[in-house]
Amino acid sequence: MSIRMASKRRTVALAAAGASLALILSACADTDDGGGSGDGGGSDAAAPALDCSVYEEFGDLEGKTVSVYTTIVEPEAETQVASYEPFEECTGVTVEYEASREMEAQLPVRVQAGNPPDIAILPQPGLLNTLVSQYDAVLPAPEQVEANVDEFWSEEWKEYGTVDGTFYAAPLGSNVKSYVWYSPSMFEEAGYEVPETWDDMMALTEEIASTNEGATRPWCAGVESGDATGWPGTDWIEDVVLRTAGPEVYDQWYQHEIPFNDPQIVEAWDTAGEILKNPDHVNGGLGGVDSIATAPWTDAGYPILDRSCWMHRAANFYATQWPEGTEVAPDGDVYAFYLPSMSTDERPTLVAGEFIGAFTDRPEVQAFQTYLSSPDWANAKAAATPAGGWVSANNALDPELLATDFDRLSAEILADPATVARFDASDLMPSEVGTGSFWAGITEWFASDASSQEVTDTIEESWPKN
Amino acid sequence: MDWFLSAGDDPVHKLLLMVIAIALFVVVMALILFVVDRRRNPSKWFIAGGFVGPALILLTLGLLLPAGGTIVNSFQNRNGSEFIGLDNYIRAFSEPAFLLVLGNTALWVLVAPLLATFIGLVYAVVVDRSRFEKFAKALVFLPMAISMVGASIIWRFVYEFKPASVEQTGLLNQLVVWLGGEPVQFLLERPGNTFLLMVVLIWIQTGFSMTLLSASIRAIPTDIVEAARLDGLSGFGMFWRITIPSIRPALVVVLTTIAMTTLKVFDIVRTMTAGRYGTSVVANEFYEQSFRQNNAGLGAALAVLLFVIVIPVIIYNVRQMRLAEEVR
Repeated sequence: MSIRMASKRRTVALAAAGASLALILSACADTDDGGGSGDGGGSDAAAPALDCSVYEEFGDLEGKTVSVYTTIVEPEAETQVASYEPFEECTGVTVEYEASREMEAQLPVRVQAGNPPDIAILPQPGLLNTLVSQYDAVLPAPEQVEANVDEFWSEEWKEYGTVDGTFYAAPLGSNVKSYVWYSPSMFEEAGYEVPETWDDMMALTEEIASTNEGATRPWCAGVESGDATGWPGTDWIEDVVLRTAGPEVYDQWYQHEIPFNDPQIVEAWDTAGEILKNPDHVNGGLGGVDSIATAPWTDAGYPILDRSCWMHRAANFYATQWPEGTEVAPDGDVYAFYLPSMSTDERPTLVAGEFIGAFTDRPEVQAFQTYLSSPDWANAKAAATPAGGWVSANNALDPELLATDFDRLSAEILADPATVARFDASDLMPSEVGTGSFWAGITEWFASDASSQEVTDTIEESWPKN
Repeated sequence: MDWFLSAGDDPVHKLLLMVIAIALFVVVMALILFVVDRRRNPSKWFIAGGFVGPALILLTLGLLLPAGGTIVNSFQNRNGSEFIGLDNYIRAFSEPAFLLVLGNTALWVLVAPLLATFIGLVYAVVVDRSRFEKFAKALVFLPMAISMVGASIIWRFVYEFKPASVEQTGLLNQLVVWLGGEPVQFLLERPGNTFLLMVVLIWIQTGFSMTLLSASIRAIPTDIVEAARLDGLSGFGMFWRITIPSIRPALVVVLTTIAMTTLKVFDIVRTMTAGRYGTSVVANEFYEQSFRQNNAGLGAALAVLLFVIVIPVIIYNVRQMRLAEEVR
């Protein structure tokens, strides 16, 4: 074979490689649509002016920088960055924002390598727990932060940022997870009312199921989420445990004072199974029961839009997942009702949130921590989020600044004294269970015919022994 | 000093750092070679040290030390604060979840390299000297240019499931529906799903085996082929008695190389199922334990396990390569 021929062949191979690469790249490009539509916000709603004198006690911070590492990527990243502006203007500090979806895996690596960020926005208390107990890396919260949290947050929220009696991490944003998404117009046309109790909801489910046609079912669900597959399913179970067994049992459950396969917990799984494992009740527009295991959580509610599904249980942040142009309002395309409890006078609610962990204690870092734990930040963030989908349990948050009715509803539930809020249990369990066997177990529960007893037995076995 | 340690987002700064690093490398190497060259009557060891020394030092720092660290880690608990003996290995060999992972890995190593090599070989023989040879070879070679993650995303679309009453988006399920069947959850049905993941690797690696084997078929001396033909061999007999024995060394190298790739397969499993639905393999579980569960000890034990399994394959591969060279 002559050299010329060889080089010609190589050119062909190269061109082919280039072509296939281009194919892949263009296939990937679609998926990022819908991001980056926000214009950075900040200017639309007027945030109240910040009282700069609070930060004088930290000395002259002009020209200093603080690095922040977080899982909050585009498009929400823009509103985060915009919410830091008042602080930057006050103090002259520059906040370096770094976001990555791999942050939860990368942060411990950076900590071990001696290269941690100044501040990390921890998406769950379990990670805080790991960083404190395994790597002894997070610094206790400065007194100004603790004072803010004592004043503006309820005791439970402070407890979630505490490990072994030391308060480390102030809460930042909050999520309300006990929501059922539905289409108000579909309900109105069919003459259905939003259910007030669990039994009402089951009756409604049966009623809708009697009209099943084609792929249409009363409920749709999906738990696929890459290597975090399973988490939306654990939220379902937690919500039901809160309702059938009650908050006290819930606390004992995640602290492992009762085993994971306690009969009360197995009963909760079975109660959830009456909806999620009944082929007459799921999985609207997506397939059979096993399709819950493979349906991506991000679009598992979409069948509501084409009317092949009636209800979809998902957190408040699902509001930002709907396709562009979907109106989230009481009279819009979709809206959500509170996942009913056994009776109308109890309101157990599943919540979650992010926390601020600090790895350095320079004055500018502490000043920024103080700002993030203050109502000033919460209000600035509310004003910087014109599209909505964000809320905080900070009790000095001004509901008027929230962008949508739906966010105000979430804030109302968080602030309501009748609400018994409980934090997402899988975030509080040891990581072997909370991000391991519980996720894998619930996926298995949907994917194969495994019974609630079998799955909870397996999860109990994986609970760390010491 | 700070200027050298972090470049931030400034591209000019980054480029400058790169140029400086390259210049530094050239200067250091030139210095070493200069010193080696200046000595009159240098000993053999001195020259060898000058040439191989830098590489050896870097290998020790970048490969041997970390490998040793991983082995030590595998006998420690989750954050390396305590020695716990063989506990991590006992867990890896006793818990049902890990046994499934080991079983899957064994299945991968047994099936994927054999199929990829076999298909590549048959293809190479069939298209050899045919009219469409170049085009046919390019076709099979194309997937080699696609990254494992890219290929996995493509194949996930192929296997995608939609209920019967909705329009299908997955190619395979559309075929099933056209043939009058019900759509199947391809990635859920075990153990079939593991084989469907292997298809992705085979799809990529067949091009590699086809290219190598085709080249060594070409290299079979014509006199042997002529002689065999005169003795009345043709068709399958020629393939079995002449072609296969002649390319045996290449065949083994291809087989073992693909086997090593298979043992490291992580991207395909992580992208397509994230190890759920009973499809996890050791490489995926090692990542899961080390970086998602923050259990450095167990993760290290799995890495060591993978290393131990790969060693015999590598030794065999190297010996066969040497044999092949001697033949030449």
